[in-house]
Amino acid sequence: MVNFGYTILPVHILDLDKADLNLAKAITFDEPSFKLCIACGSCSATCTAGTFTKFSFRQMCHHIKRGESTQAIDESEKCMLCGKCTLACPRNVNTRNIIRLVRKAKQTL
Amino acid sequence: MDLHAMHFPYHPFVLPFTIGLVFVFFYVIGKWIYWISRLGKDDRIKIFKNIFTLKTPQAVYEVFMECLIHRKVFKKNALLGYMHMSLALGWFLLIVLGNLETRYFTHGRINPPYFPIFFEFFEHDLISLNYGRFWTFTMDLLLLFILTGVGLAYFKRFKSKPLGMQKTTKHVPIDRLALTALWLIFPLRLFAEGVTAGLYDAGSFLTNPIGNLFASTLPIHYLYYPSWWAYSFALGTFFVLLPFTRYMHIPTEILLIFLRKYGIAEKDIHSTYTKVELSSCSRCGICIDACQLGSDLGIVSTQSTYFIKSLRYDKPSDLLIDSCMVCKRCDQVCPVGIDIASIRANERKELHLFDENSYKYINGYRYKSAKVAYFTGCMGHLTPSVYKATLALFDKAGVDYNFIDKDGSICCGRPLQLSGQEDAAKQLIEKNIKLIENCGATILVTSCPICAKIFNDNYNLKIPIYHHSQYLLKLAKEKKLTFNKTDIKITYHDPCELGRGLGVYDEPRELLKLAGNLIESSNSRENSLCCGGSLGITNISQEQRHTIASITLDELSANKADIVATACPLCKKTFKSASENIMIADISEIMLDSISDKSIKHNLKIENKEVIVKSSK
Repeated sequence: MVNFGYTILPVHILDLDKADLNLAKAITFDEPSFKLCIACGSCSATCTAGTFTKFSFRQMCHHIKRGESTQAIDESEKCMLCGKCTLACPRNVNTRNIIRLVRKAKQTL
Repeated sequence: MDLHAMHFPYHPFVLPFTIGLVFVFFYVIGKWIYWISRLGKDDRIKIFKNIFTLKTPQAVYEVFMECLIHRKVFKKNALLGYMHMSLALGWFLLIVLGNLETRYFTHGRINPPYFPIFFEFFEHDLISLNYGRFWTFTMDLLLLFILTGVGLAYFKRFKSKPLGMQKTTKHVPIDRLALTALWLIFPLRLFAEGVTAGLYDAGSFLTNPIGNLFASTLPIHYLYYPSWWAYSFALGTFFVLLPFTRYMHIPTEILLIFLRKYGIAEKDIHSTYTKVELSSCSRCGICIDACQLGSDLGIVSTQSTYFIKSLRYDKPSDLLIDSCMVCKRCDQVCPVGIDIASIRANERKELHLFDENSYKYINGYRYKSAKVAYFTGCMGHLTPSVYKATLALFDKAGVDYNFIDKDGSICCGRPLQLSGQEDAAKQLIEKNIKLIENCGATILVTSCPICAKIFNDNYNLKIPIYHHSQYLLKLAKEKKLTFNKTDIKITYHDPCELGRGLGVYDEPRELLKLAGNLIESSNSRENSLCCGGSLGITNISQEQRHTIASITLDELSANKADIVATACPLCKKTFKSASENIMIADISEIMLDSISDKSIKHNLKIENKEVIVKSSK
């Protein structure tokens, strides 16, 4: 078979009926502005930590909403809490608090 | 009657008072010994080194000025100061002069402690004695002095605004009980002395007429003993409750003033000095009005007084620990001078959110090499006009600088530190120290007060650190920059981290005076309001931050200034998102706009609105 240099993506099915959305619920409860995110990526574009490593607040939010709590928690560790994303956010999402809540969740999970 | 030959007089009603007094005396002495013994070796050495120096009389003077006169409360409001002074100084003088009075009448005999307190009960006919009129008059005058204060305290419960307080502390039940006892002591003394004066036609200008009034309206024969019992009981109740209530501040503040004078301060973790500070809080509530979370957002249950109370008795809730912008306005107004910000910072450290591997990814990165290193920081990168203006001025002055974090930098660590993540902040600090040292700079200039604060406090760099307002002033003084003074009216906003944080108030003002007319707002310098953008708080929304920002801006622009100058990129950004009408600019932008050399002036349009700079000539 001719190798075209790309393959079929591995199956990535997310069953939201079965996903563990506890982290998403807890964060939405403590920080309602989490719901406002439109995933525009301004936060990731401005991110200080993102200059040095693969870190995206936007992606972390996706992980949370998909119930992928472990990935979200691992991702959140890279944040320096500098607060640039909060200022860049066009939807006034309280990003620093979301990071804090995810980090706190690490201790309870 | 020969008082000298008299045996120690006694009546059972003195017992409640005496028991209370003995209890509070030994409790307080015990606490003091416990606190001092647990201070740690370094602190005890400090005490021994300083106790026989001038610092001791200085501390005595401060105790007199703050614990008795209440100078700092007077500064807040004269009526409030009088209220506190009348109770503290009045009661103190009543005790001292009461003792002298009884010593005088008993020819210098040492009397039991209750004797001066209930002297009128034991000795009715004082006027016929030598100087009797003088003593009774003095004691009546002091009682009146205290009663006016108590009256003001009653009044303050219903209407606190005339005493300069918008909001007062919500007290716990045991405080209310002690407060009731305290409020009853002096009216009951007046009542007991009045009844006695009525029975024996004694007393001076206050107790005598009241006694006559009682004699004609009340069955004073029946009230004689009960009145003295009630007075003693109120005193005893107050003394027994004192150690467990806010009134513990009365003895503890004295210890605090001495310890502070001897150079003892808050450390990286809570110590017994913290316990002394916590017990010194009188919950006067002056910090409540200073807190913008309360005045601007209506959050009135999380102010420093509640945080301190909660920490003294128990463990504060997360809400109490987190709800603070760390603007340090409460530190500024606290009449006791408690280092609230440090206590709160130490309390926040209990929560560890990051671990030692969190920032492993930062390696192989270098800052540009430089002589004068300019560091704009994260917030600076969000407000490019600030660093552009600063660097244009550096160019003009011929400074051999390098913009070391032009391609980005790691965070200085202050935002983590403000969130209590001291260990995580240390990782960033260590990395950043290496990066800064490796760039070979001899001077570090930053536009960001947040960075400047932690550079100054935690970095231990061997090179001088300047905020750009300080450095630009230095350049102006060295005649490397000349500015055209115009008649533009500028109000300067002191950023929290630069002002209360680092004590830089004068340099930005001096600099701005070279460009225009500086007019002060009503809360400037140490009393400056926070812009609301604080990185010290995470549990308020952006909308709430905008509310704080617009209230602060209204206050800043109330004096009809043409432009509001700030020296912090975060303040600028926060203000900008809150208002479209008020012109806001960083100090460097204003300076660039008034530079004499028109060739480099880039017709700077501050916030898209051209400032019409009229030459003063």
